Amino acid sequence: MVLALVEQEQGEPAETSLETLSFARELAADTDTDLAAVVFGEEASGTAGTLGEHGVSTVHHVTHDRLDGYAPQAWGESVAQLVETIDPGALLAPGSDRGHEVLSHAGATLDLPIAANCTTAEVQGATVDEQAAAVADGGTASDSGSSGAGAEWQVTRHRWGGSLVEHARLDAETKLVTAAEHEHPIEPAAEALEPAVESFEPSLDDSQFRVQVTRLEESDVEGVPLGEARVVVSGGRGVGSAEDFDQLEELADLLGGALGASRAAVNEGWRAHDDQIGLTGAKISPDIYIPCGISGAVQHMVGCKGAANILAINTDPEAAIMQKADYAVLGDLHEVVPALNEALRDEQ
Amino acid sequence: MDVLACIKRVPDTGAKIVLTDDNQNIDASNLGFTMSPHEECAIEEAIQQVEEHGGTSTVLTLGPEEATEQLRTGLAMQVDEATLLQTEGEEWSPRSTANAIADAVRGDNGEIDHDLLLFGNESADTANYQVGVRVARELGLPCVAGIKTLDVEDGTAIAKREVSGGEEVYEVELPAVITVKEGINEPRYASMRAKMQARRQEVPAKTPEHREGPGAFEKVRLEAPEEDDSDAEILGEGPDAVPNVLEVLRDDVEVI
Repeated sequence: MVLALVEQEQGEPAETSLETLSFARELAADTDTDLAAVVFGEEASGTAGTLGEHGVSTVHHVTHDRLDGYAPQAWGESVAQLVETIDPGALLAPGSDRGHEVLSHAGATLDLPIAANCTTAEVQGATVDEQAAAVADGGTASDSGSSGAGAEWQVTRHRWGGSLVEHARLDAETKLVTAAEHEHPIEPAAEALEPAVESFEPSLDDSQFRVQVTRLEESDVEGVPLGEARVVVSGGRGVGSAEDFDQLEELADLLGGALGASRAAVNEGWRAHDDQIGLTGAKISPDIYIPCGISGAVQHMVGCKGAANILAINTDPEAAIMQKADYAVLGDLHEVVPALNEALRDEQ
Repeated sequence: MDVLACIKRVPDTGAKIVLTDDNQNIDASNLGFTMSPHEECAIEEAIQQVEEHGGTSTVLTLGPEEATEQLRTGLAMQVDEATLLQTEGEEWSPRSTANAIADAVRGDNGEIDHDLLLFGNESADTANYQVGVRVARELGLPCVAGIKTLDVEDGTAIAKREVSGGEEVYEVELPAVITVKEGINEPRYASMRAKMQARRQEVPAKTPEHREGPGAFEKVRLEAPEEDDSDAEILGEGPDAVPNVLEVLRDDVEVI
């Protein structure tokens, strides 16, 4: 069995969790086994239908009278106890903050290694396609030389935010893996299942509840969050001052998008760190990204590689951003952006 | 309050990452070294917390002798002490790294030498997201990850994590492990004088014991993914490009 941790967002499985299920379902098929999900929270039982559409045959619903909010160690311990009970070949989690945190705790409890931010996994050298071919030839995936999830896995994973790929071997009784975000397209299973929902009550003590969310402070920031915006405009060192970001902000507003910044601009104090796009800031995936006066260092580009299109505005034709962008305007953003704003206002 | 900041030496990569011929590492022969940005903030946070509450700040790394350079960066920022857990330069797994740090922190008497142990949320290079949590678990301490606001009041850390729509608030009794993200503070620049002084400061080195556990997760090789390095389609120069930009926004991307 392959077990996947599924997080909830407003009563539905979170997008990154559905991505994880796509990845996990492939691995379950590779190892000729079932896909199960582990979920937390009262509302989670309502998601079984959706999970079934994504190929989950059993939903393990963790229930405990003290588990009403998020508690990282208690969640990790619960997942570890479930692993010890049902003995899955692999445990996958989304490559989200919580996914990494919960799996780290589970890994510590189980004393097992974790392969974080994986993009692919192959069982003992056989690729997904080769496994499928073996099945088509009349064998099963597990006949094709692998002993299923118990065998060694070859994985690829992100380093440097995805600007490097690491090929690695993972050999453990239970394979602990997080799925890199935006790398596993969400696809419902070919055949929807009606999963059995089983409740699982872990044995937890006070020490596991030393850390839990005590309250949520809602953000008063208005506008579209960077991570969800269809259009993102951003500025770097070339903007030159905090005031000159006004033009970029207007452009973002006119396009119904969000405004971001490079690390250089944040370090200059022109924008708050919350606006930073890159390795140690926000990861964006808009339809179009418009970087203005940004050179395109690796650390910046890993933050925007989810963008469908990049339109750079830059004075330097040799800047790295010119190779990464799909479209470019050669010129000073201080002249181009106001002209563009004016044209957009005329359009409206 | 004694505060520890744990950091990692990483290459200071630029616009393109080049690998060594055996594809085992980044070719750093033309690169300088630095530490992960989250960890620079861990150092700054350690200094600020000690400035506010008194005590001693310490910066620690596990790495080759050369990693002393990054410890001295911390000293120049005004951290009080530095410790090197010296390796031969090979990669240590998150688990063996965490075990070695836990051993060092526990000290010979078995007591934990610090009230607050700060880590970066994830390292810039390998980004395994685990070392802080595993150290906490090895030491039996509570741990909160991914923190961007931290206050300590009466022995309790009030830590906030950014989530969609706001911030989660955690209240954790010290001693505790907290992993931080860039943005929690603005790391200070060291003065030239402080850098000179840091160069003379003693950095004790210990040889850590390498303890793994069951199972293995090992690097086979690295690969620089092929990128589309074709030049961008130039829409024009200066404001004259505006009509072409509008066309792209309207017809190709359909956002207006």
